[in-house]
Amino acid sequence: MDFSGILIYMRPEIALMAAIVIAFLYDLIAGSKARKFFNPLMCMVMLACVAACVISFPREPGEIFGGMFSYEPVHSVLKCILAIGTLIVFLQADKWLGREDTEFKRGEFYVLTLSTLLGMYFMISAGHFLMFFIGMELASVPMACLVAFDKYRHNSAEAGAKFILSALFASGLMLYGISFLYGTCGTLYFSDMPAHLDGSALQVMALVFFFAGLGFKISLVPFHLWTADTYQGAPTAVTSYLSVISKGSAAFVLMAVLVKVFAPMVEQWQTILWVLIVLSITVANLFAVRQQNLKRFLAFSSISQAGYIMLAVISGTPFGMTSLIFYVLIYLAANLAAFGVISTVEQNSDGKVSMADYNGLYRTNPKLAVVMTLALFSLAGIPPFAGFFSKFFVFASAFDEGFHVLVFIALINTVISLYYYLLVVKAMFINPNNSPIAAFRSDCSTRISLVLCLAGVLLLGIVSSVYDGINLFSFGM
Amino acid sequence: MNILSLFPAIPLIMMLGLWVSRNTRQIHAVMVTGASALLVLAVWLVLHYLGLRAGGAEGEMLLTDSFMWYAPLNIHYSVGVDGISVAMLLLSAIIVFTGTFASWQMKTDVKEFFMWFCLLSVGVFGFFISIDLFTMFMFYEVALIPMYLLIGVWGSGRKEYSAMKLTLMLMGGSALLLIGILGIYFGSGATTMNILEIAQMHNIPMNLQRIWFPIIFIGFGVLGALFPFHTWSPDGHASAPTAVSMLHAGVLMKLGGYGCFRVAMYLLPEAAQELSWIFIILTTISVVYGAFSACVQTDLKYINAYSSVSHCGLVLFAILMMNATAATGAVLQMLSHGLMTALFFALIGMIYGRTHTRDIRELSGLMRIMPFLSVCYVIAGLANLGLPGLSGFVAEMTIFNGAFMNNDTFHRVVTIIACTSIVITAVYILRLIGKILYGTCTNPEHLKLTDATWDEKLAVVVLIIAIAGLGLAPMWMSDMIHGSVTSVIANILN
Repeated sequence: MDFSGILIYMRPEIALMAAIVIAFLYDLIAGSKARKFFNPLMCMVMLACVAACVISFPREPGEIFGGMFSYEPVHSVLKCILAIGTLIVFLQADKWLGREDTEFKRGEFYVLTLSTLLGMYFMISAGHFLMFFIGMELASVPMACLVAFDKYRHNSAEAGAKFILSALFASGLMLYGISFLYGTCGTLYFSDMPAHLDGSALQVMALVFFFAGLGFKISLVPFHLWTADTYQGAPTAVTSYLSVISKGSAAFVLMAVLVKVFAPMVEQWQTILWVLIVLSITVANLFAVRQQNLKRFLAFSSISQAGYIMLAVISGTPFGMTSLIFYVLIYLAANLAAFGVISTVEQNSDGKVSMADYNGLYRTNPKLAVVMTLALFSLAGIPPFAGFFSKFFVFASAFDEGFHVLVFIALINTVISLYYYLLVVKAMFINPNNSPIAAFRSDCSTRISLVLCLAGVLLLGIVSSVYDGINLFSFGM
Repeated sequence: MNILSLFPAIPLIMMLGLWVSRNTRQIHAVMVTGASALLVLAVWLVLHYLGLRAGGAEGEMLLTDSFMWYAPLNIHYSVGVDGISVAMLLLSAIIVFTGTFASWQMKTDVKEFFMWFCLLSVGVFGFFISIDLFTMFMFYEVALIPMYLLIGVWGSGRKEYSAMKLTLMLMGGSALLLIGILGIYFGSGATTMNILEIAQMHNIPMNLQRIWFPIIFIGFGVLGALFPFHTWSPDGHASAPTAVSMLHAGVLMKLGGYGCFRVAMYLLPEAAQELSWIFIILTTISVVYGAFSACVQTDLKYINAYSSVSHCGLVLFAILMMNATAATGAVLQMLSHGLMTALFFALIGMIYGRTHTRDIRELSGLMRIMPFLSVCYVIAGLANLGLPGLSGFVAEMTIFNGAFMNNDTFHRVVTIIACTSIVITAVYILRLIGKILYGTCTNPEHLKLTDATWDEKLAVVVLIIAIAGLGLAPMWMSDMIHGSVTSVIANILN
């Protein structure tokens, strides 16, 4: 057996595995003094992982393990984006992890987070449904531990329980669907399956179950019921990881599988997706309007954002895939900026996360208020911020394939979403408050992360070379 | 770098300057320098443009330039100007300049106020120089969002409600625009976003045009206060701070008319001809309804806001008449209305700053107390009701002349109906002037008030000079506009 392919195509996974080992060992041997450098060390390691994804990555698709692991150049781009996102999450988590009741399990956080990331990497590059399923499980189970990380505080344990139960249920459904596929096709290799797919009833069932499984990960309506509670209960760093990295990778995987495997059943899945998009965007927007807790609020906002991402999926074209990755990248910058602000405010104000607490934030912490505003404007799709460009491209990709009514519904929804994003802006800038959150200076790593995110929000749209770079590698039907 | 790109670039540099400035003095210095630079640039551009045309420059757009931006969607940063956009740029520069002085006395959060104000002007200038659909739309939205905070933070009255209403209605309009732009782009074969090239290809199928024309026209029409989508306008204007009202009524509402003409009608000409009757009826309603509504208002700003609905309705009314004379009148009306409504809002802001009321029932005899402001108010009023010698007369005269040139009954009847707005305007303006300026002052508190300060005088005088200049010597402006309008109209009718 030829192992040379592993070193070429699996470099991101190998780097990540090394990172996990480093975190594990450092946790084991480092004394109390050395532990102070744990976070900087892990950030450096993540930087190395980012480098491993992008530096001279193979430009041609390839397979190893007899097709179990199939590589496409676009995977490197996406893995790089996810690694950058994880790096930002690590930067933002430092202060929270330094708290007395979490400091001793700091190492666990890194190991668990990196494990889920590894699962996503395998899921992205899977060439076989079993590999795909193992990757998905690896991405879900440690996530439940992360959600329940603050188990004595807030509703963290409850959120963890909710998450693991729904995740297992979704996995079960997915596995059931996969068994149907195996029964009708006689193979689970992605490359062999399209020839055997003919849209029979059993295969449509399999498609539906497959959607249910991934819909849960992406939290599309009606598979979203766990989202708000889990987002609210989980530690903020975990919530931001869940809302961006987990969702982004699952969205890409959905598109890749639909395009590669389910191409013969395009009419069926486009119909399903059409309904899911309308539901996700509309229901989530209507719920978001009424939220008072900012983490719940961003949970619903992220469901509707997932709906917008699906607009790129439904097109199924290379243009759609570029738009999807571009959207994920910009959504990552904007959402992590918003969560970064929420996280630092929460850490420095004794856990304030409700919208009323943010009244008058601009008077006391003007910089944070401005970062939050720009992030929300980007999420709402207001130019000149990056979110405008990514929204435009997903709309254009769906429109190109003739989904005019769908794009119209999505556009009407952007107005609703603008309303609730403006509610937060209004709270920070306009609403008076007698006891606003006191002025504080956030820690260094949070500031670095916010500057990174802000640079993304401001520059990614205007500098078109990022988009062009992604566009080089996209594939579709 | 193209000289036109300076228009959005200068406000951006001003924002940077404001960001680093530390006190009100420095902020004012930055604003005055930037706004004067813009004004000088705009005047230079008018002269340069006239010079180029006199030198026999061909082509619909001059000073064009284009950079590839997003290649997969053929998105360019393309700029260029014709007579219409030159006129609009001049108008915007005047309003930004005078708006700066009109908000000279602002006390709270001056820096932030001017930063958002500059962002608003980036959008406005960028919109008028763009000839790429995407870039144009981007600048359009850039101009909308600062309004929310400008009204919400620095406004008065029911400011939060008005700010939200205005932002959401305008964003609803821009959602329609976005889908319309995608419709045009993919309908014309997805090869270019350049307005001129799409107009030249002229290949959008009629069944698609029938869908996209109303969508785009309404999308821009929301900003142009098209009935029944005008309801954001009175609330928004009434709550906005002075300079924002000036810029918004003076320039931003013109974006609507300009967009309807340059995008909706220019790119979808057959549908425009077929469906224009619907919008002619709506705009006629705007014109008359706005005027009647102004008659019954008691708040100075509401009166002027409804009067704006009426006058901006006239702009849309005129471009739908589809001949060069009426369209020239439309652009003149945009200029004239922009100037006089800015003057109105500036004066109302100054009066409100002194009396702390805008209710006309509580105001009287101001002529004795603040003669300068009152005289200027009379001038603004007379321009509004179309007195010869001031800009309003030139514009309305041209519009109704052009509109009556259509020799079918429908067009003539609506023209006659729209003409009645002149009379109604005279009613509310004269009554208003009589009520608040003349007579005896009933409120003893008002007797202690002072007249305009130097910064206010400067703002007002610049605007009055512009209004009188346009009214007394409209030839050069109207020639410049006429040349460009003719080629657009020719494209629509072919």
